[in-house]
Amino acid sequence: MEDVIEGRVWTLGRDVDTDGIISGKYLTIIDPNELKKHVFEIALPEFAALAQPGDILIADENFGSGSSREHAPAALKAIGVGAIVADSFARIFFRNSINLGLPAVEARGVRAIFEKGDIARLEMRAGRITNLRTKASVKFPPLPHHLLDLLEAGGLVEKVRRELAARSSKVTA
Amino acid sequence: MTTGNGGHGMTLAEKVMARASGHERVEPGQIIEGNVDLAMMHEQGAQTVGPFHDMGAEKVWDPERVVIAIDHWVPASTEGAAVLHRILRKFAQEKGLPHFYDVGNHGICHQILAENGWVVPGDLAVGTDSHTNMLGAMGAVASGVGPTEMAAVLALGRLWLKVPTTLSVKVTGRLGKGVTAKDLVLRVLGEVKTTGAAYKAVEFSGAVVERFSMPERFTICNMTTEMGAKCGMVAPDAHTFEYLEKIAKHPMHPLTADRDARYERTIEVDVDGMPPMVACPNTPDNVRPLPEVVGEHVRVDQAFLGSCTNARIEDMREGAAIMKGAKVAHGVRFIVSPASTPIYQQCLKEGIIDIFTEAGAVFTNSSCSACFGGNMGILAPDEVCASSSNRNFPGRMGAKNAKIYLMSPAAVVATAIKGEIADPREYQ
Ligand code: SF4
Repeated sequence: MEDVIEGRVWTLGRDVDTDGIISGKYLTIIDPNELKKHVFEIALPEFAALAQPGDILIADENFGSGSSREHAPAALKAIGVGAIVADSFARIFFRNSINLGLPAVEARGVRAIFEKGDIARLEMRAGRITNLRTKASVKFPPLPHHLLDLLEAGGLVEKVRRELAARSSKVTA
Repeated sequence: MTTGNGGHGMTLAEKVMARASGHERVEPGQIIEGNVDLAMMHEQGAQTVGPFHDMGAEKVWDPERVVIAIDHWVPASTEGAAVLHRILRKFAQEKGLPHFYDVGNHGICHQILAENGWVVPGDLAVGTDSHTNMLGAMGAVASGVGPTEMAAVLALGRLWLKVPTTLSVKVTGRLGKGVTAKDLVLRVLGEVKTTGAAYKAVEFSGAVVERFSMPERFTICNMTTEMGAKCGMVAPDAHTFEYLEKIAKHPMHPLTADRDARYERTIEVDVDGMPPMVACPNTPDNVRPLPEVVGEHVRVDQAFLGSCTNARIEDMREGAAIMKGAKVAHGVRFIVSPASTPIYQQCLKEGIIDIFTEAGAVFTNSSCSACFGGNMGILAPDEVCASSSNRNFPGRMGAKNAKIYLMSPAAVVATAIKGEIADPREYQ
């Protein structure tokens, strides 16, 4: 994870649910590169064709509500989304994103300062997101340390891998 | 009971989290490492296998604490689903996981956990499904996680959790005839809204909840997921112990909130005179009194009595009592899907399957069925469905602009008979 993330903005409304990100009919697909073709089919249909790596999603309240499907953040990550910043997240979506190494940040009032196509500059540790077109910015409490560490490691798989490796080297030592 | 130290007592969720993390007390906002008492996977668990191996994990921390219950596509209705099932079977075999509820012994994962006593008072339980909250009815903290998180749980037997603040929902009065636990939870959802309990615990109490049977408690805790909650809970009591007496799979640690516990907010609900409720399209918190909607003559194409919210034997009996001797309205497809194989068998014994099928309903095997729009009973564009399930987001049961109304099992059956949204009290 970079400390400063910049990207082109897509905006979304409130209560974008996981059915709207990846609908039920695609849940038997595991490969994120297949899933990404169907991302936002319901909530933002033109996204899959026009998304570029590094794009930033700016959403209103309760982004990712609904099911526990990791397909949703996995598809967003696969298509190259660089970060998601929302007024608030639904909890499982938030955890899933961080676990996959996809930066997700809650910043109250963020939706109001962006329009589609703006460029956002996100400072993870400083806790600030700025609209580079209008210069408007919003501050937010930075993620707690253990979540920043998790993102830094690239996600939960890597973090647990290190922990297990450390454990077994202790056993063999 | 009050605790002397710290100045104030703990809520039920705080008590369970303190127990799970080996702390004497915990405070909201504190991050804990919780030892998991029970881990559940359904088909999404197939996505756990990859990360589990990538982590370099070899053994599952405790095979006796892991349940796999496939339910979304049972038996497999697509090739993709068949592959997911096969991945799970192979994983279970390789890792020596004996508690696999496979085709023939299947049911909706949360119902499997409930009716087999897999979650007991004081537990910290996690599952790869958002409605794992339902099991909080046992006096446990039960919460949904994603498949990568589950891989870490299988490897380590624990996960980090932020101790939530708790919302207290106190329910008093008496539910009228034809008004159910589902109507109550819809009403609370209409007040709390889909974000009102985000990251929080919801603790139900009060005379009405104390009188509720376990199935009714399952229904109300199930829909705390729609409030955004981390968990929904009811303190364990005689109902809980009786339900679990013969089936509990591991020792109980019954905990209750301290009298001087601190709640973020208390919502008092008096159910005297409350009518049945309905959640209108396209969000589960768009709740209105059912009689109002009845007056608008909303025609339906499909009715669905099923899902982890409301497909237990009590729901089937209640539905059958209304259905008996009546017919499904012309032009309505009525799908009835019990929540587990034992419930299916009980329906068979009690003649409930006869009642529904003679009326013109489709009585399916137990699974998630039409609930999630990926298996069967899928809606075409613009169609309208009355459902006893828990979600009505756009596209949830099929076409993006199909409309879903959420209601009690009794109201679903009344609607199937009338062909438009109906008040069950006219049919009881
Ligand atoms: S019945 Fe519906 S809500 Fe319940 S687990 Fe199955 S798909 Fe999810």
